[in-house]
Amino acid sequence: MNDKLRYNQPDARGHFGQHGGIYVAETLMAALDELRVEYEKAIADPDFMAEYRYELAHYVGRPSPVYHAKRWSELLGGAQIYLKREDLNHTGAHKVNNTIGQALLARRMGKKRVIAETGAGQHGVASATVAARYGLECVVYMGAEDVARQSPNVYRMKLLGATVVPVTSGSKTLKDAMNEAMRDWVTNVDSTYYIIGTCAGPHPYPTLVRDFQCVIGEEAKVQMQDMIGRHFHPYVEVPGVRLIGVEAGGHGVETGQHAAPLTTNAKVGVLHGQRSYLMQDANGQIVETHSVSAGLDYPGVGPEHSYLKDIGRAEYVAINDDEALKAFHDLCRFEGIIPALESSHALAHAAKIAPTMAKDQVLLVNLSGRGDKDIPTIAKLDGIQL
Amino acid sequence: MSRIQKTLAALKADCRQALIPFITAGDPRPGLTVELMHALVKGGADVIELGVPFSDPMADGPVIQRASERALAHGVSLRDVLGMVAEFRKTDAGTPVVLMGYANPVEAMGYQVFAQAAVAAGVDGVLTVDLPPEEAEECAATFKRHGIDPIFLLAPTTPVSRIQAVERLASGYVYYVSLKGVTGAATLDVASVAAKLAELQSYLSVPVGVGFGIRDPESARAVAAVADAVVIGSRLVQEVEAGEAGLAARLTEFLASVRAAMDTARR
Ligand SMILES: Cc1ncc(COP(=O)(O)O)c(C=O)c1O
Repeated sequence: MNDKLRYNQPDARGHFGQHGGIYVAETLMAALDELRVEYEKAIADPDFMAEYRYELAHYVGRPSPVYHAKRWSELLGGAQIYLKREDLNHTGAHKVNNTIGQALLARRMGKKRVIAETGAGQHGVASATVAARYGLECVVYMGAEDVARQSPNVYRMKLLGATVVPVTSGSKTLKDAMNEAMRDWVTNVDSTYYIIGTCAGPHPYPTLVRDFQCVIGEEAKVQMQDMIGRHFHPYVEVPGVRLIGVEAGGHGVETGQHAAPLTTNAKVGVLHGQRSYLMQDANGQIVETHSVSAGLDYPGVGPEHSYLKDIGRAEYVAINDDEALKAFHDLCRFEGIIPALESSHALAHAAKIAPTMAKDQVLLVNLSGRGDKDIPTIAKLDGIQL
Repeated sequence: MSRIQKTLAALKADCRQALIPFITAGDPRPGLTVELMHALVKGGADVIELGVPFSDPMADGPVIQRASERALAHGVSLRDVLGMVAEFRKTDAGTPVVLMGYANPVEAMGYQVFAQAAVAAGVDGVLTVDLPPEEAEECAATFKRHGIDPIFLLAPTTPVSRIQAVERLASGYVYYVSLKGVTGAATLDVASVAAKLAELQSYLSVPVGVGFGIRDPESARAVAAVADAVVIGSRLVQEVEAGEAGLAARLTEFLASVRAAMDTARR
């Protein structure tokens, strides 16, 4: 067996196999080209990378620890579960790794204004945070439904000096926030840098966000060997490591009310600047999704995940709302960690498969964020008035 | 020569500019679209741009977003839009129709299947906003094979190096987006449009239409003085939004006032 799988993605125009690419209106093409060129220069510039790493160490508090959830593992009676503690980062999630990189890039490109879309509000908070840190104006687009269900994060963004714009079109969630951010960008393209919060969107965003998030997997690789991570990339070329992506099953994939395009074999489609698997109806209209977790309530998926599915390098599964909620409570009670609802999906799947595995096998879960922002949602579900 | 090419060539020979109104198919309800298309022709439309409703119209401002929502509330699909064009063609064999929309509904149908159905319905051109030339090779080739003109956008931000890539694939006309922004924005700056058009036209052999922000006879006249075609969208959709009472007549009347102003701009 070769000790390294060969993996060289994407191509020069941002294609991961049949996925990725650049699908935007002409007005943005030049800006995306400029971004690609500047990004390539920046990551080859030792000063830029040194500043990025310095900020991660001193501002974010990296490296984040890997923690052995021993008690929970024992209760589950199978594989050992380890948690990569992105919840301990400044701002409470992995999102800040990316926003620091992109804010430094924005500053380098002379942009004075940044915009972002957000679902759970974690990316919005991380964007507002770095905007305050580097003295940039910040506008965050957030679906009106998410503004209501993630209220602590809305107030955090405002405290940090950002303007939060509730988006009332469409399903009033992450997808619609992204539409509105794109509209802002097309209007203010000269002055504005668009900080996309996930490995999606038109090239070079999926690559750029991936590269800024690779720090999670690179650290984990050193911190422990031969394990799996949610931010897959550093592990893609490591044979013998199973990669499992967990999608939001919502009320159950059979109900149609979910956000699990990969698990449900959605057709390939074009949205938000990229080609990838996409939840849509027979006429190519994007369908409304459902997840208890605002950060996962999105009909698409980054092009690299779609590619990893196509080549069989990663497996994708869905976890329903109620399973995620159970894992949320279990981690609170058995490990004293309040996880984000997004991360609770991965935790729930770990809890599901751990008992089927041997005690000396290892599961590494990227605990991507902390659950403080979800407390109003959980309380409401539990019938408690705060 | 395609119907679009013939129409634009004839206007050019006459030293006139094309008037291209845009409405969203199925707005305010599917049963009205064909009647509204005829009303546009009556008002002086040379080409009709028919918007294909999409759930996520990223390049559109609130007015056309709402038009899409109204049409989708009636379940209007791309196939339904083709049906409307076929219906229109029964009584108008001359006015070119361009479908304007987003890539996904076309992708979902498949380029080949769509192109065949579109030609059969009498569609002349297709503009997919989020399909830049880099990703449009296959689609443009398929369209051309079926005699459909692929229409591409150019923007104030388009560098010279990209104009050639657009020119290589474009036919019929290219659509110059007059401003940085979404449809319906009201910040048209005719002087900067004129300057950029002069630059573009030195590289282009196809006619250039200008749209975004043209909303009255005066701005149409000013743009007609520098472009080959004038596209008016949000202003007409606002008229649709104002209610069905007398709608067809209002569209005709407004467009006729624009047509009259443009014809005073003869070069
Ligand atoms: C805590 C948390 N985890 C995960 C996600 C999804 O992140 P990604 O798109 O980087 O996988 C989000 C998105 O909002 C989040 O807030």
